[in-house]
Amino acid sequence: MSESMKNYEVTFIVDPVLSGEEIKATAQTYVDLLSNEDCKIVYVDEMGLRQLAYAINRRTSGVYYCIEFQVEDGSVIDKLELALRRDERIIRFLSIGLDKYGVKYNEDKRNGLIGKVKKKSKDKKDGKGDRDNRNRSSKSSSQSKAKEAPKKAEPAKKAEETPKAEPVAKEEPAKKAEAVETATVKEEEE
Amino acid sequence: MASRDDIKFLSNPKIGQKRQKYCRFKKYGIRHIDYKDPDFLMQFVNEQGKILPRRITGNSLKYQRKVATAVKRARHLAMLPYVTDLLK
Repeated sequence: MSESMKNYEVTFIVDPVLSGEEIKATAQTYVDLLSNEDCKIVYVDEMGLRQLAYAINRRTSGVYYCIEFQVEDGSVIDKLELALRRDERIIRFLSIGLDKYGVKYNEDKRNGLIGKVKKKSKDKKDGKGDRDNRNRSSKSSSQSKAKEAPKKAEPAKKAEETPKAEPVAKEEPAKKAEAVETATVKEEEE
Repeated sequence: MASRDDIKFLSNPKIGQKRQKYCRFKKYGIRHIDYKDPDFLMQFVNEQGKILPRRITGNSLKYQRKVATAVKRARHLAMLPYVTDLLK
């Protein structure tokens, strides 16, 4: 059964000018529309009111909804998109097909296994991944240590820091070397 | 006055080293990139909201394509801006 079913996901933005019940009713119409078309609704995600990154029809915020569903026949997508397009309460929508990793991801997300990326404060220039964070945290920890014992002799502090730096350096080249190898192999294939 | 502790940070000992880039999706086993997570996608765009190239992010081709798709979807849903300034 589930192998022949395909997974889809439709995200849409509802006009925030409407009242709370109207917004919920709008989302419910599409849930009903899908379930009437023999779709199996997997999950309806109310992402809530968010600020839009740019104005759409002079609206600067919108209520996001995301419906994940399974269906055998993709023709329901056309009907759904037509209905969404004609609906004035919908600011924007996007429907996509999910691969197996997407399904797994959504399941994990519902179970709270997917961690949130922390929003970086504006004074830190680069947000390029975990490595920078790690470096930053290690640096700050060493700084805090320095604050705890401010008047220590310098060589002692150096001795403190070097053993910390070494294991990281030892671990990482190995991992990196692997990653690089795979990456280079890929590039050669291209 | 700068104390001895401050002077240590004025010259960065790591400055001459070349840092090896890697694909974080391969390294951490991330198979799906969510277009509904603008905070995550923010790592792959520059201050004007442009998608960063592979030579900077270090992503493998497969995942760079997925990142690009996700960023474009997020833009369509107004989670990321198409054009802007001072994004970060």
